[in-house]
Amino acid sequence: MATTDSKPRSFQEIILRLQNYWAEKGCAVLQPYDMEVGAGTFHPATTLRALGTNAWAAAYVQPSRRPTDGRYGENPNRLQHYYQYQVLIKPSPPNLQALYLGSLEAIGIDMDLHDIRFVEDDWESPTLGAWGLGWEVWCDGMEVSQFTYFQQVGGHDCQPVSGELTYGLERLAMYVLGVDHVMDMPFNDPDAPIALKYGDVFKQTEQEYSRWNFDIANTEVLLKQFEEAEAECEKILAQEHVDPKTGKRIIMAHPAYDQCIKASHLFNLLDARGVISVTERQAYIGRVRALAKQCADAFVQTEAGGYAA
Amino acid sequence: MPDLLIELFSEEIPARMQARAAEDLKKRVTDGLVEAGLTYAGAHAFSTPRRLTLALEGLLAESPTVKEERKGPKVGAPDKAIEGFLRGAGVTRDDLEERDTPKGAVYFATITKPGRPAGEIVAEVLEDTIRNFPWPKSMRWGSGALRWVRPLHSILCILSDEAGASVVPMDVDGIVSGDTTEGHRFMGSGRFAVTGFEDYEAKLKRDHVILNASERAEHIWNDATNMAFAQGLEVVEDKGLLAEVAGLVEWPVVLMGDIAEDFLGLPPEVLQTSMKEHQKFFSVKNPKTGRIEKFITVANRETADNGATILAGNQKVLFARLSDAKFFWENDLRVAEAGAQEWLDKLENVTFHNKLGSQGDRIGRIAALAQTLAGTVGADADVIGKAAMFAKADLSSEMVYEFPELQGLMGRYYAEAAGHGAEVAATAEEHYSPLGPSDDVPTAPVSVAVALGDKLDTLTGFWAIDEKPTGSKDPFALRRAALGVIRLVLENDLRLNLDTYFDLQLLRHEIAQNGEDEVSAGLMSDMMGEIAEHGVFGAAVRTVLDAFDGDLPVHMEELKSRLPDTSRDLLTFFHDRLKVYLRDQGVRHDVIDACVAMPGNDDLTLLVKRARALGDFLGTEDGENLLQGFKRANNILSQAEEKDGVEYSYGADVKFAEDETEKALFAALDAQEEAISSAIEAEDFAAAMGGMAALRAPIDAFFEAVQVNSDNQIVRRNRLNLLSRIRKTCLGVADLTLIEG
Repeated sequence: MATTDSKPRSFQEIILRLQNYWAEKGCAVLQPYDMEVGAGTFHPATTLRALGTNAWAAAYVQPSRRPTDGRYGENPNRLQHYYQYQVLIKPSPPNLQALYLGSLEAIGIDMDLHDIRFVEDDWESPTLGAWGLGWEVWCDGMEVSQFTYFQQVGGHDCQPVSGELTYGLERLAMYVLGVDHVMDMPFNDPDAPIALKYGDVFKQTEQEYSRWNFDIANTEVLLKQFEEAEAECEKILAQEHVDPKTGKRIIMAHPAYDQCIKASHLFNLLDARGVISVTERQAYIGRVRALAKQCADAFVQTEAGGYAA
Repeated sequence: MPDLLIELFSEEIPARMQARAAEDLKKRVTDGLVEAGLTYAGAHAFSTPRRLTLALEGLLAESPTVKEERKGPKVGAPDKAIEGFLRGAGVTRDDLEERDTPKGAVYFATITKPGRPAGEIVAEVLEDTIRNFPWPKSMRWGSGALRWVRPLHSILCILSDEAGASVVPMDVDGIVSGDTTEGHRFMGSGRFAVTGFEDYEAKLKRDHVILNASERAEHIWNDATNMAFAQGLEVVEDKGLLAEVAGLVEWPVVLMGDIAEDFLGLPPEVLQTSMKEHQKFFSVKNPKTGRIEKFITVANRETADNGATILAGNQKVLFARLSDAKFFWENDLRVAEAGAQEWLDKLENVTFHNKLGSQGDRIGRIAALAQTLAGTVGADADVIGKAAMFAKADLSSEMVYEFPELQGLMGRYYAEAAGHGAEVAATAEEHYSPLGPSDDVPTAPVSVAVALGDKLDTLTGFWAIDEKPTGSKDPFALRRAALGVIRLVLENDLRLNLDTYFDLQLLRHEIAQNGEDEVSAGLMSDMMGEIAEHGVFGAAVRTVLDAFDGDLPVHMEELKSRLPDTSRDLLTFFHDRLKVYLRDQGVRHDVIDACVAMPGNDDLTLLVKRARALGDFLGTEDGENLLQGFKRANNILSQAEEKDGVEYSYGADVKFAEDETEKALFAALDAQEEAISSAIEAEDFAAAMGGMAALRAPIDAFFEAVQVNSDNQIVRRNRLNLLSRIRKTCLGVADLTLIEG
């Protein structure tokens, strides 16, 4: 493994360095959530864990899908499937900016040569009923991360406040590695016996998903699945807190939240198929937000959400 | 007298909030100090991305001692009352003084409020300021409850005089005040202590922070213009951008970079917008070619390679951005050169509003309305039609999708590429105008027609579906649209009856929304034909429906009253906007009301001409004469009418005139009436009112000599009818009963 003094040489090395860095700084390094999500924020390790009073520190890679951004693998930096690196620390430590800058150094960005700037960018997720204040971080004029102090999630005030860092991994890696087209980026070590580029891994899938997302996905099925996810989420949350079988208090906030994530992704797919009008859009977003709120309400009733019997 | 230095050091404050925050800090702290009795000689506030600073000179070292006298209970009052008073005043019984008052002997206490040291007061005021700071948006962080724009890290607060500096001790939610701060995030040398403002400013500079935002802006502008000048170029001025950039850096380093040759063919506005919006770059123009050839970026630090890495990075980001822009531009040009039909087709499928159909539907309606304005604006109807059809084509273009602020402007480029003439191209750009009260109003006839069509279609559409502005909510910017129509009409001196166009366009909306059955659709288009010819909905409806032979759809019956109601309501909205507009120009509201009350009030040019004439006239002596003459006649007449329960309106005859003054008044009216009515006919309102003013002398003489309420009923009635003639004449120009004073 290369030392942090040298420049990383591949996409995966940048990910590994971030993993190591945040592990050293005390974060639990989690794995990606096993569902389709639009951004790392949707991982329950962020959305739900930002709620309640319990302390938390986690870092993870999250594959993210944005069907409308598909460009058949042609665009130099737009993808319908990409990776985000996500860090969430609660309560936000006073030196979070310094910790963040340390992570940039860890991936080979020399603070003495580059111009790093914190530019106002308030974050809001209408589907999650969440907002926070912070910045987009610029390195020599390029946005490399989003830095947010969560104020509200699922309609609940965050107390304590979580600090959230989100790195768009492809874009950041392209910058650090000096690559102009994402598909040309070395995925593993370029000197490995079987050297793979990002395009070797993802070019074909970008084409396949772009076609499916835009033209083939069965909108009737998607609509039905949306309704089902919504109904299931509400059904789960309507259950008694005490499980009649075990006699234990088990509130199923996470299974319910899975359905909320599902509904959100189905909405994104419907949007990419262009079957949602401007006015309907707001209504769908409102429905997902209602689910997110109910899940948040349920989570704060659980132990992980700070509930004490 | 000590000086006070305060610095609130935080994580990066949004650039747009800094200047205001520095002023708020100054105001809140100085107000608080002065209220507590601490005056000062001078105050200066500063801001950088990470700090708000306030420096006060010549502060009082302590607040003055204040003596206050307080009246207590009567001598001999119950002990309880006296003890209560002593507690409240904080004195003992020995401190009380007995004084005789008209109500007997009363206790008085003199309370001395000793002066307090400045430090104590400063700590209180500053804590209060921090806790209640008016940030547009604030946040919490960590586990604390304190709110600030971004996490607040340290408070520097010192009082300094000849003897030295001392920290004003305070603790705001765990942030303890001190005498230290730090410089630049990357170029500084850690925390350092300061002894006063000069020391503070100098040490900041040593650690690469320019405290004063205008000094930073000046530095940026000087370096940028010098750098450009050295190469025979000039920086495109942008004050807003300069202020923003000065708020993004503590140590500005100006760098000039190249725009790759590939992109120099892009429209300058595209280059400028892309660079400014995405990158906060200044554009650098070659005055010889008029092209934008380079950019200026402002870094926040010096580097060992003199900014080479930073510039290369910025250039690369710009390259990616402009590659996108160029890709859009070239694709768009291809579509435009092929006639842009693809875009127009696409607009058929873009929803404008779910109740008002697609953009394509809307364009059709705008074109139809704009064409009926051909005669009014003096342009060819075919050209108007073409211009209207193309005006929104650029909304489908990739460039406008990426940069919505370039809508219209791109339309002009694409209209030219599509081979349309100058009028069509200009319309694409100008038909959105005016967007605000100070925006230029188009004057080219075709642009004017389409601009009016656009706005009137929007207004009638949202009125038809009952989505009007309420209170502060105006999501479709309908107030702005109405003001746009008002300015287009007035500044181009157009004569048109808005009612006619409201009715026509409301019918077009009605056909689109409820014209499924052929009978209704047919009837409604017949009505439009009638309106176009005769100008009034009511008559058109009667003509068409009377001639209709068959079962009238119920919906047509209902439309008969709904459409005129909607139209009237919209006109009232226009009058309200017009009042706001004219009031800003100094026209009195009662003058406007008096003119709105007149017929033809949907002809805004006529309405304003009348209002201006009336406003001007009322300011003259003649105006005063007119008003007083009218009021005198009208008051007596109104009282009599109320008493008698009739309206006196007709039949004054000079043969029943008894008095000479009465006859003279008849003669004056005979002489003036015709002049007045022909002046009104010619819209020479000043002359008409001059004629009315000339009636004051005969009116006054008449009232002087004659008792209107004569015992002879015939004479009385005749006199009242004479007054009615005066009223009628005077009301010909405006409803003077609505004028105040």
